[in-house]
This record gives sequence, structure tokens and C-alpha cells, in this order.
Amino acid sequence: MAPHICQLCNTSRAQILRPKNHARICAPCFIDIFEREIAETITSTNLFQPGERIAIGASGGKDSTVLASVLKTLNDRHAWGLDLVLLSIDEGITGYRDHSLDAVKRNSVEYDLPLKIVSYEELYGWSMDQVVAQIGKKGNCTYCGVFRRQALDRGAAMLGVGHVVTGHNADDVAETVLMNLLRGDLPRLGRATSILTSTPSATMSRKETEADGGEVTITNVKRSKPLMYAYEKEIVMYAHYKKLDYFSTECIYSPEAFRGSARTLIKNLERIRPESILDVVRSGIDMAKLVPNAEGHPKGAAEAVIRNEVEDEAEGGCGGSNAKEVVSEMAQMEQKLRQDEQAEEAGTETEIKLPSKVLDGQRHDRDLKPDLPPEAALTTYVQGQNHDRHSQTDGQQLPSDIRTVPIRTKQEKKSSRKATRDAPVPKQRLGQCERCGYLSSQAVCKACMLLEGLNKARPRTGIEVG
Amino acid sequence: MTEAKAASIPLAVEFTGGLELLFSNQRKHKIAIPSKKPDGEPSNVGDLISWLCDNLIKDPRKEMFVLDDSVRPGILVLINDADWELEGEDKYELQPNDEIVFVSTLHGG
Repeated sequence: MAPHICQLCNTSRAQILRPKNHARICAPCFIDIFEREIAETITSTNLFQPGERIAIGASGGKDSTVLASVLKTLNDRHAWGLDLVLLSIDEGITGYRDHSLDAVKRNSVEYDLPLKIVSYEELYGWSMDQVVAQIGKKGNCTYCGVFRRQALDRGAAMLGVGHVVTGHNADDVAETVLMNLLRGDLPRLGRATSILTSTPSATMSRKETEADGGEVTITNVKRSKPLMYAYEKEIVMYAHYKKLDYFSTECIYSPEAFRGSARTLIKNLERIRPESILDVVRSGIDMAKLVPNAEGHPKGAAEAVIRNEVEDEAEGGCGGSNAKEVVSEMAQMEQKLRQDEQAEEAGTETEIKLPSKVLDGQRHDRDLKPDLPPEAALTTYVQGQNHDRHSQTDGQQLPSDIRTVPIRTKQEKKSSRKATRDAPVPKQRLGQCERCGYLSSQAVCKACMLLEGLNKARPRTGIEVG
Repeated sequence: MTEAKAASIPLAVEFTGGLELLFSNQRKHKIAIPSKKPDGEPSNVGDLISWLCDNLIKDPRKEMFVLDDSVRPGILVLINDADWELEGEDKYELQPNDEIVFVSTLHGG
């Protein structure tokens, strides 16, 4: 077969076939255009401010290694003046995380970036190995996701950093879009495609009695995904041609999670039509625009979105989707939180005209029993006694579309939830967790709630792992 | 005109991205496969993949490498440092001392 010539430089032999546009280019041209496209993503979305301090969530895997390498290269090349640090989370998974952390340490040396490692053990008193020994392998990913999200924010706070970047790529986002489409989770679908998200800043100062000691000031912790439009295949190719050092093994606890099915779909789709991955991402962005925000207006996905990522992290993580099937106290607690939140939102439902269902809007289920089985969360319970009718369906309705309709700033403190049926949509109430002082909109933050469950059941002799 | 072809083709194969676990934890292998198929046609990359499954894979989890007679979706193949899609994928006819690299993308980042 006659060799192809690079379509960009017309000199060297073509080595890469780009999935997004079938372009045939050589390795040097590929490296150049890959970096250029990331730079374009960053500048066109104003992702960074000059001189900003950025923590790169580094796991030692391919995405975060490439992210660190590219950001360092671009920062130097374009003189953005960013102050880059590597932030790594040690979940305490033997045989997995300990090896990948070695890779991060090598990266830290190679790119000359400071590294901070935060471990679950020191933050929570529980390593993931211990959690799994305690609760088994169902629902463990939920713990990991919730803990990780908080750990990243805490690590950022310890470093005095207000912006964390992660290596999520186009395939990840496409999988998330598909997952939430398949599960009928429109709110999450709306949020999955934001390149920048933000937890709001606290105006109140930290109390002195803080669980983990030390002075921590809460700032506006932003999260972004600069690699969001980069194909996973190209990330791997970039790492290959630049001979980057990364670690590659699946987490030993990742079960047959729902995301795996979405991933298989995406990979098979990529084979026959590779452009589909970015197309799914773009569809997700467009769909997000149809989902209303707090004021009831559809929002654009590219804006900074205020959201509570705790649930997202839990559900979107490696096996977190299994949590729904686990009838456990924790799952029910999660459901209750979500149900309570949905019950608040009836006021905005009238904005949306659903084709076959008449929402009388005002009626929302204040009387919801807290111990509904988890499946109830997927059916339309908001209408109180009507919910059975909807789930037995006139055939065309997805049961969960009622609860998915409103998107808005999230959970309120339960204590402050009064007779607000006809009140305007309340703003997010910020506060601090009673237990740990961490920023939360709940009285007790999600991580503390999970920890409470763990600690109650902890055997007195402690768990020896490994 | 017939060319005098060796009965086997020497190749250098490499496995990365976690695939090395299936091949005795060794990334690089020097191998030689028959230069022709049983039906007389020259061996191609598809034949190489079958050969690897039969002869080099030491781990029972073959489904991590192949799916339905071809590499599993998510595994990239480089022939002499170029994407195999540019070379005809599994129809590419192997030449002596070709370097084939299998890179898995199926893991966390």
C-alpha cells in the first residue's frame, strides 16, 4: 500500500489518522495540532486567569499525565504565568493506587512541578481497602467518589488553590452523556457537559473548632476539564509519541458498572464512525441548553454552573451507579435527599410543557414517605397519588422526566425548608457541615454522612488490611 | 517469478497500556510467524493476532485482547509507528522486521 503523506506538512509519512476528521498527519504535526487545539479550548473559554494558581488532579494515568505535560508546555510557550501544582489523591487501594502514585512522583520530577498527596486515611480515617473490607464491593465506588471530590477540594484548599483541573476527555464526557440519557437523568445530563463548574464561595468565616485542625480558608473552588474535546485515542497517541510515562491499570474494585456498558457502546460506535464521540458531546451541550436553570430559563452548558458535585461524583464514578440497586440505608438516604430536593422544585415545573402529561405544577409531594424503595426515585412520585398512573404509562413517557425537568441551584438545608411551595425558587443556602466544618449546603455534608455509617459499623478491633 | 521467501517472518511486537499483563508482563517480544497462511496467501496482521492468541498469550483472559477475531475496540495498533488504519488494518501484509505495537486505552486516566 502506497504510504500516505502528511496532509499538513506534505513532507513526512502520515502516521496518525485523526478520528474527528480522518486527517492523515505525521507525528510532529499531530503533537503540534493537539497542543494547539487544547490551547484554543482554554483561551476561547477563558478557562484560566493570568497568574492563576492551578492544581492538576493527577492520578498517574494517561489523561492526567498528558494534561500535566500539555499544560506545562502551553504555560511555558504562551507565558500564561500559571502557577501549576500536582494534586494527587491516595484512596488507599493496594496494588493500584500505590503504583500509580509512583508514576505521579516521577511526573512531578520530570515536569518540575510540586506535588501534594492527600490520602483518605488522613482525611477520613478510612482507606478504600478498609471501606471495602467493611461494606463489600457494592456501593464502594460511591464512597470513593464522594470522598474524592471532597479530598480534591480540601487538597486545593491546603495548597491555597482555587482551581482544580482534571483530565476528563471527550470519550468520558460522551459516556456520561449517554449514561444519563439511558437512565433518563436530565439534570445530570445538563451538567455533564460543562467545561467549568464552580462551588460558590462562603462568606462566613471558618469556625475555630475544625475537625482536621489547621487554618483553611474557603475560596471559590473551580473545576474544569481542558481536555474535554480531546479524543481518548489522541491522548494515548500523544503520550506514545512524546514517550510520556504513565500508569495503566483498572482500579481493582471497579465492577461491571453501568458506565462500562456506555463505554462499550462508545467504543463500538467509534469503530464505525469516530466523529460520533465529539458529536455526542456537542449533542449533550445542546441538550443542556434545553434544561432550565434556577430562574427557569434554559441555560448554556458552557457557563460556569453552580452545582453540588457530590452526587455527580458518586453516580458518575466507576461503579457509583450501582448504589441505586443497593437497598441500604445510605442509598435510601441519598434517595431521600434527592426526593426532598425535587419536592422543592415543583414551582418551576410549570415552565415546561410536557407533551402527554399535565402537571398541575403546584401539587408536589410534601407528604412523601421517607422510606420509599429506591425504585420510587425513578418513578414520578412528585405528583403524590398520581405516581402510579404515570409509571404505568401511556406508553411514551419516561417515568423520570418529571423530576428531571428543573435544573437549578441545588439542595437547601433541610431545616430551612418550610412552606415554600409558592415562594420563588430559593437561592442555594451555603453553610458548613456540623461535623467537619466543610462547605456544604446540607446540615451534615455527604462525606460525613457516609463516614457516620462506616464508623457505626466499625468493629472494635479495627480492620487489618494487606 | 517466485521470490525465495523465508518460511517465517521475524517481527518485533510490543504491548503497552496494561496489555503486557496478558503476555507474561513483558512489553517487548521478538517473534517469528509463518510467512504464509495455510491457503498460500501472505500472512497479514490478522494472522499475527490469531498467532499471538494461540502462542504468546499467557493469561486466560483473551477477551481483553481480542473480540470476534479482531483486537478489542479500544486497543490501538501501530505498524512501524503508524496507525494501522493507514496501512489497511488487519489486511496489511507483514514484512520482515516490522514493528507492531498494541496500545490499550481501556483504563482509567
